[in-house]
Amino acid sequence: MANVAHEYTVVALVQDRPGVLNRVSSMFRRRGYNIVSLAVGHSEKVGLSRMTFVVDCDDATIDQVRKQLDKLIEVIEVTDMTELASVTRELALIKVASSPETRSEIIQLVDIFRANIVDVTADSVIIEVTGDENKVDSLLTLLEDFGIVEIMRTGRIAIPRGMATP
Amino acid sequence: MKLTGGQIVCESLLQEGVTDIFGLPGGAMLPLYGTLPQYPQINHILVRHEQGAAIAADGYARATGNVGVCWATSGPGATNLVTGLANAMMDSVPLVAITGQVGRPAIGKDAFQETDVTGVTLPVTKHNYLVMHASEISGAIKEAFYIARTGRPGPVLVDIPKDVFTEVAEFVYPDSVDLPGYRPAFEPDVKNIETAAEILNSAKRPVILAGHGVILSKASSELRELAEKAQIPVITTLLGISSFPESHILSMGMPGMHGVAWASYALHEADVILSLGARFDDRVTGDLRRFAPDSKKIHFDIDAAEIGKTVSTSVGVVGDLKLGVQKLIPMVNQGNHPEWIRRIEQLRDEHPSLQIRKTSKLLPQYILKKISEITESKAIIVTGVGQHQMWAAQHCAFEEPGTLITSGGLGTMGFEVPAAMGAKVARPDKVVWSIAGDGGFQMTLSELATIAENNIDVKFAILNNNFLGMVRQWQEFFYESEYTATHYTGNPDFVKLADAYGLVGIRVEDAADVEGAIRQAMNTPGAVIVDFMVEQEENVFPMIPAGESIYELMEEPSEIEEPV
Repeated sequence: MANVAHEYTVVALVQDRPGVLNRVSSMFRRRGYNIVSLAVGHSEKVGLSRMTFVVDCDDATIDQVRKQLDKLIEVIEVTDMTELASVTRELALIKVASSPETRSEIIQLVDIFRANIVDVTADSVIIEVTGDENKVDSLLTLLEDFGIVEIMRTGRIAIPRGMATP
Repeated sequence: MKLTGGQIVCESLLQEGVTDIFGLPGGAMLPLYGTLPQYPQINHILVRHEQGAAIAADGYARATGNVGVCWATSGPGATNLVTGLANAMMDSVPLVAITGQVGRPAIGKDAFQETDVTGVTLPVTKHNYLVMHASEISGAIKEAFYIARTGRPGPVLVDIPKDVFTEVAEFVYPDSVDLPGYRPAFEPDVKNIETAAEILNSAKRPVILAGHGVILSKASSELRELAEKAQIPVITTLLGISSFPESHILSMGMPGMHGVAWASYALHEADVILSLGARFDDRVTGDLRRFAPDSKKIHFDIDAAEIGKTVSTSVGVVGDLKLGVQKLIPMVNQGNHPEWIRRIEQLRDEHPSLQIRKTSKLLPQYILKKISEITESKAIIVTGVGQHQMWAAQHCAFEEPGTLITSGGLGTMGFEVPAAMGAKVARPDKVVWSIAGDGGFQMTLSELATIAENNIDVKFAILNNNFLGMVRQWQEFFYESEYTATHYTGNPDFVKLADAYGLVGIRVEDAADVEGAIRQAMNTPGAVIVDFMVEQEENVFPMIPAGESIYELMEEPSEIEEPV
């Protein structure tokens, strides 16, 4: 198991200061850790932000990722969410080519996935979908035939269930 | 009290007990230099190159255990500090560097002498600051010193724009720091120490691997108590040298690439390795897959990220080493490993490293042995990087903690000149010998002017082989003796050079003159440069080639000449 690569989800609570994202990303770059996705936003505490990392690595490496992150002065807390009971989500905006003939079929798919159409033009629609990566990937696969013009994905965010908030 | 930013810097430094600063001015630093005459308590030592300032502060810090301070101007001044910062980062040396930055309106405009200094130094500092208001200077300096000296020590840089030095603000020096993400002073977990003690108590062939952490946490007496109680041999890494008296019966010396063979074999055969403030560096371990395969590793370190970084450990004890070892001592059994001690004696007999052969040639090993003998192991020995460094580690005997000051992790050639200067400024009571190679010496010899100007009494021993000796050795062993770009054919006359700086120079070409020259240097007031014209193609043995293991250890060819 030790050397099997795996996607880990790590959440860091950080001080909201200029350069903190640079410090964090620089540490990943310098030590050769592979970030699959990174999402940053304000936390419930003033002056603190949360970063969610998805890292593709093995057990020994994720241990190092956690410790090296924790070593950064502006990083307050690091939680490995991989094994925790948690809710994970990703938001994607997908621009798909559409015509009067295909539009209704696209709307049907969007309904099935409980996604939303947030913009329509004569030749395209923008779909907003929220879910785990599998759901987003599945919708993308189905939309491919219509012609995907552009995709924006936020990367994964994660929060633990219950009161044990990291 | 309303003060200018420049005054706030100086007041803050006084609050931190700073007495000496190594620096060099420039445009962005002029307002700070303008306030310096108001602070005669601060001794500013004007260097000739900013790398010298950073490395002198490093030597200063290592010689005292206090934070070393250097400063430089924006742009090239700051970038010249980078090697010294990287060196301090690798070797966990507490430094605070202050740099001038271009004025706030000019930041980001590619102004004259503008460099993104916090960006450049981010990976080579423990932390850094860009201070945008005079009111924030004292807090940043307070935090910088706190971060530099606590936990795993390291360099911290504070970058201050020129117009912040002239801005006026209320000066208040904070009593405490507010760093919610930084919790350095934690006591090690007793449960882990108990596990460590259990493993040690059932060991048949234990060794202690003592690193720089022992010196940094001032845990030498605890190390000795532990080793003596449990009768565990002590192996010291390059930076761990001097943490344990080498005259002690349990002292085993340095292992690894150029370590003594018996220490490398003992590490290999051990069933338990107790690492105290060492980090299983590649120069110690060689090929990790074949390193000490039958051993359990117990790892004490203040830095949690060191546990499991290169080798997997049975138990890690994170926290202050001195506290950890104090707690461990009562838990370990009175030791008794007669078979293991006998086995090590046998290894010493079978693999007799460090013999100096009898020859009329001037051997560097002999010179180092003599310096060590004449100074009675009481001097601070500072080295650069390369063959001379390894010979110093091997042939000088160290008894007192902190008496070897050397660039370990980064391997900074030229370290020997400014670091010795810094060590002597910090410890004027100590004899300081700088052991130099002719290559490294020429990288930083501009500081001879600083040494002359401030009458800093450093004795230099240049082991001059007109080669980049260690690189030449690798070329001999691994590149068919193709000595590309390692032969120095245009070296200056170092005796004349000494004279040019108003220092005393002595040339030694004959082994018979070694002792006399060392004594003459010691008896001459002020800095002296002894230029030892040593055997050119001498090699450092033993050697385990990079990335190899104990099975590839090359011992000194014994057939060449008679051992002494």
